[in-house]
Amino acid sequence: MRALDDVSLGLAAGERLALVGENGAGKSTLMNVLYGLYRPDAGTLSVDGAPVVFRSPRDAIARGIGMVHQHFMLVPTLTVAENVVLGAEPTARGLLLDVQAAEAAVEALCARFGFQLDPRARLGELGVGARQKVEIVKALHRGARALVLDEPTAVLTPDEADELFAVARRLADAGTAVVLVSHKLKEVLAFCERVAVMRRGRKVAELKAAGTTPEVLAAHVMGEPPPPPPPFQPATPGAPLLQLSGVCADGPQGRPALKGVSLRLCAGEVVGIAGVDGNGQRELAEVVTGLRPLTAGTLEVRGKPLTAGTPAAFRTAGVGHVPEDRHRHAMVGSFSVEENLSLGRHRVPPFARGPWIDSAGRHAAAVLEMERWDVRPRDASLPMQVLSGGNQQKVVMARELSLDPAVLVAVQPTRGLDIGAVAAVRAQLRAHAARGHAVLLVSLDLEEVLALSDRAYVLYGGRTVAELPRAQFDERRMGRLMLGTEVDRG
Amino acid sequence: MLELLEALLASTLDYAPALVFAALGATLSERAGVVSLHVEGLMRTGAFVAAVAALSLPTPLAVCVGMAAAAAVAGVHALLSLRLRADQVISGMALNLVALSLFSFLLEARFSPTGTPPIAQLSRHGLPALEGVPLLRALNGHTALTWLALALPFALSFLLYRTAWGLRVRAVGEAPAAVATLGVSVAGLRAACVVGGGLLAGLGGAVLSTSTLDRFEQHMPAGLGFMALAAMVFGRWSPLGAFGAAVFFAAGNALRVGLASSAPGVLAVVPQGVLMALPYALTLGVLAVQGGRGQAPAALGQPYDPEHR
Repeated sequence: MRALDDVSLGLAAGERLALVGENGAGKSTLMNVLYGLYRPDAGTLSVDGAPVVFRSPRDAIARGIGMVHQHFMLVPTLTVAENVVLGAEPTARGLLLDVQAAEAAVEALCARFGFQLDPRARLGELGVGARQKVEIVKALHRGARALVLDEPTAVLTPDEADELFAVARRLADAGTAVVLVSHKLKEVLAFCERVAVMRRGRKVAELKAAGTTPEVLAAHVMGEPPPPPPPFQPATPGAPLLQLSGVCADGPQGRPALKGVSLRLCAGEVVGIAGVDGNGQRELAEVVTGLRPLTAGTLEVRGKPLTAGTPAAFRTAGVGHVPEDRHRHAMVGSFSVEENLSLGRHRVPPFARGPWIDSAGRHAAAVLEMERWDVRPRDASLPMQVLSGGNQQKVVMARELSLDPAVLVAVQPTRGLDIGAVAAVRAQLRAHAARGHAVLLVSLDLEEVLALSDRAYVLYGGRTVAELPRAQFDERRMGRLMLGTEVDRG
Repeated sequence: MLELLEALLASTLDYAPALVFAALGATLSERAGVVSLHVEGLMRTGAFVAAVAALSLPTPLAVCVGMAAAAAVAGVHALLSLRLRADQVISGMALNLVALSLFSFLLEARFSPTGTPPIAQLSRHGLPALEGVPLLRALNGHTALTWLALALPFALSFLLYRTAWGLRVRAVGEAPAAVATLGVSVAGLRAACVVGGGLLAGLGGAVLSTSTLDRFEQHMPAGLGFMALAAMVFGRWSPLGAFGAAVFFAAGNALRVGLASSAPGVLAVVPQGVLMALPYALTLGVLAVQGGRGQAPAALGQPYDPEHR
């Protein structure tokens, strides 16, 4: 399949260009070609007017191209300075690593562009925002004149994102060309001068940011005007379905990850958990689905204590789970769609008859559910792994919701999905709550928490540090609570 | 008492080099992210080839031939695990089995089932100045490889932690994708470390047949390769740590031998088999206490596939 089809794009010094498009539109492929990771089958690349061929990132770096990958390309066990100079190390007497020169280089770049970074800090101890700055400094250390930022704000709080764009603007003013790859159309229009839109491997539009609205841009991205977001129907909370008080639990390597989480979910509610990655979200989701034991505190599902329950006990008690890592925890890629749909229900009709698998019954049930969820392609015998991310997620949601769980735990439910699939998944989560159940939404995307929740908790350092009703949702303030720079006194 | 300590130290210095070299070889390869279960096979290769070569070559040169042969076997591991992305544990165990049976076969076909004919051992040296110093005089009377085993850990540590190349090796074992995006070849770096590790482990094997004994014996290296791996784990994948652990294991072995010869009465109480098993039990105990692979390089054993970053 052709990932890129006849795409032409120019970039001037000091320019701020955005590249937008749905997942699979070819943005990443295009940037990987630019960075020498992929080689084009046809077409040319020119730098400073002269044609070039990039055989590896080394060639691209030599020509002044830098890239900040969405998933950071950093080594946690090394220091900031070591990460920055890796692959382009200053040496003394030809062999020795010159640590002082490396640290000085980092300090000089930080001073020039206004970063706050300690070159001697171990990278693994830094937060996400600081790691991203290390990535940028890394590119600048190699003399990047064109800097690609791939989904840079996906994991940042609003304040951190502002800081990033301020830095990027300073770089552009100093003559560096900046390419922003993003699907957040508002930030694209706020930061960039020019926007290139990609769809199915082609460049379908190129617009000036000034005078373009997010709605117009969204229409170009999707190929049709987007449906207006459904109006928010506030819940009238009923009986409590899930209650945690003073819950503590250990994380990886036995270090305490949850240090006092108290929360309550009532019938009819979507409750969001906002927080920066690594503040206990993963452990919280595992605790409320029975995958991780509590070290202190109590947990009740529908008024029944389940403090020491197995995952099976939680499922029986009415807890459904849409895990964060779909591929590892929610599906078996080589199994067919209908087999995946039957997992966890494989002992009951219509999926089984006595001890035997009921193939015909399973197939019929799967076809029905695929129809209702609009899973494409509509073939229940296809292996799960050939479906797109959005369709895989629909299958997982169909399976979990089919059990009509009183409490649905959804972790990052729209991660990596395109605009259409995001809308479908979000609508289903709201609909599930509206049927008198409760949804616990754990998401690193603050925007998603704000859009879907009736109530939200902020998780910081393994504690629930704030509880906010929808009327008090404030992006900025919550961002600061998530970073621990503001303390809730409410 | 002093004499006993000196004897123990001298005996430790006889046993340590083979373990030290093999542990360093495994450390180098694993720091780059490649599992090194094949160290046992590499040692056997080094020991056999060096002994056979020494039948017709000067022994120091024969040691080099043994190292080269082990490096070639390590090259096969690099090819299988890096180029063909085979499971590194399976590849390592397969090479161990090949080394075990191939050299048993060659031994029986060419020589005798028990071992090769004797060869000229590496010569032993000493510093006359040390003769009068208590304890330290135990350093005398060993081959040059013992001295090398005392120096090499520091050299490898310097290479890993103080040079630009070492920085890349440490990075490639933790986050190969990060190294690749900086335009450095992951496979090239890893292959160099695996082959370099092969040279070192081969040297460890050659020590056995040219210094510890004067021939290749059927059972060599009798699990020393796995003990070297244990030393690497115990030493938390650092050259100096591995060195310390290897010397500790060697001292355990020296103690066992010393016990059996200086206090034969012990044998009446403790069966010989139990004493023989002591170093292995020690290894097992250490691994049980240390537990897990907490300090292992993060990308250890994971093949790097540039298409699926």
